Amino acid sequence: MGVGIEVKDLNAWYGSTHTLRDIHLNIPANHATALIGPSGCGKSTFVRCLNRMHETNPIARVTGTVKIGDLDIYNDVSPVVIRRRIGMVFQRPNPFPTMSIYDNVASGLRLNGFRNRQALDEIVERSLRRAALWDEVKDDLRRKSGASISGGQQQRLCIARALAVDPEVLLMDEPASALDPISTAKIEDLIFHLKSEYTIVIVTHNMQQAARVAEKTGFFLNGQLVEFDATTKIFTNPSDKRTEDYITGRFG
Amino acid sequence: MSGKLAERDVVNDRESPDSPGLAAPRLSVVRQYLNAQSDSAGSDGFFKTLMLASALTIFAIVLFIFLELAWQSRMAIAHFGISFLYRSAWNPVSGDFGARPFIYGTLVSSLLALLIAVPLSVSTAVFITEMCPIPLRRSLSFLTELLAAIPSVVYGLWALVVLVPLLRTGINPFLMRTLGWTGFFEGPDYGVSMLAAGIILAIMILPIISSITREVMSTVPQSQREAALALGATRWEMIRISVLPNARLGIAGGVILGLGRALGETMAVTMVIGNRPEIARSLLAPGYTMASVLANEFTEATTNLYLSALIEIGLVLFLVTIVVNALARLLIWSVTRGASSRMA
Repeated sequence: MGVGIEVKDLNAWYGSTHTLRDIHLNIPANHATALIGPSGCGKSTFVRCLNRMHETNPIARVTGTVKIGDLDIYNDVSPVVIRRRIGMVFQRPNPFPTMSIYDNVASGLRLNGFRNRQALDEIVERSLRRAALWDEVKDDLRRKSGASISGGQQQRLCIARALAVDPEVLLMDEPASALDPISTAKIEDLIFHLKSEYTIVIVTHNMQQAARVAEKTGFFLNGQLVEFDATTKIFTNPSDKRTEDYITGRFG
Repeated sequence: MSGKLAERDVVNDRESPDSPGLAAPRLSVVRQYLNAQSDSAGSDGFFKTLMLASALTIFAIVLFIFLELAWQSRMAIAHFGISFLYRSAWNPVSGDFGARPFIYGTLVSSLLALLIAVPLSVSTAVFITEMCPIPLRRSLSFLTELLAAIPSVVYGLWALVVLVPLLRTGINPFLMRTLGWTGFFEGPDYGVSMLAAGIILAIMILPIISSITREVMSTVPQSQREAALALGATRWEMIRISVLPNARLGIAGGVILGLGRALGETMAVTMVIGNRPEIARSLLAPGYTMASVLANEFTEATTNLYLSALIEIGLVLFLVTIVVNALARLLIWSVTRGASSRMA
């Protein structure tokens, strides 16, 4: 089951560029939350701050607090521990090309020293089923490389890989932007089914996508969170003029 | 294409019959210029021929070297036949020659060099690309590359003055005490030895392997590193599951280049290997390599048979290099084809 996320006074920098300014936000557990906004508005940086991926860049810096459930991720624990509780799916599918499909899905558990073969088999199958990929790959699990399947399948493989460790939060950074409409529809379908069990945060450029999958939507602009509300409210009756301009296509 | 163009111009004319200056079909300056260009097939053909000629030149040179070596060594080939390859005799006075100790020396010293250099240079590359603080990175990679620029005779001198005494007084006695039972470290300790040659070769091939490894590791996409990190990998785990597997082909290429250099290296090896054409199990015993015997004895070869035997050594070195390279490539190909089913 997922947990909620509480963000307070979050500021982030790349070098001297102030990419996130004073973000306050409560993301509800076991729901999908979409983050929208024009390119460069800080929404990707924001999700990368939620699992401390932002700081893997040597010139990046973060201040403020982020609580995942009861855990203050910047003060209580190491980034490794936090990332083991939070799954992440990136914009471009990034399966490990030298591993088989099976090993890709198992990689997160094996990193943690999980060695029970039978349980591993079950988890791999369950994760691939959840990612709606099982039927397409079940005959080549150990034979095919993670990079030998199509782009849409690779992205679902990456979702399966993230799900295999049973994360409490699933972060998705524009997971469908490199995919064709059919694969995109499959990924959206997936998010729709997964959101009752996981807390999902999805960054997207596609406003229809946000409207289709998310209960809550946040609008970012120039590193600030302009508005955060129920998705229906954001798309039908936003309270901020800038949000309205953006969703009606007047800029961005 | 020109037909289509004309048609459009006609349409244009009909649509604006009154526009001044459009009475005749008029093309833009860019279109006029591009339409007047030839299809460049001629220059393409010339380029292709030039490239083909360059590629064939390489083949021709290799073939020519081989033929010349074979021709010059015909006397030794006729005299000793295939037994030249496995006979251990090397007696210029009685005219009795065999290449076995030299083949052994070349292979063992190169293998020893790889055993020492590969872990060291891959670790160096991992440190420089993945762990080193950025300000230190550039100077450190410059220093490793500087090693490649030192002439081999300087390496030889250093080995003779520093490495050999160090081996004799410090390292070899220790090896004899602790690993003497294996038989690889025993017998009289001269300092100059197969081990000394292997170590100096390792130092010489380290920059090649290390810089190629560094290069390919820096081309591993950031998304691969992030994939591992997002799963909760520590830095070392990230290197193990995403950087090294993605770079393994390039690393293997670097190892092959290093091996090539080790097989053919002459000067530094000649100065420290001891130059005795004997096969000994102990790495502390002196040995001899094919390249070294050529360098040492070519000017002293007094009889035609002696000279011919030396040139046949050159021919064997040439063939051994090709065979070892081919085997190394085959090994890499068989290990890396398709998806590996194991966790890398």
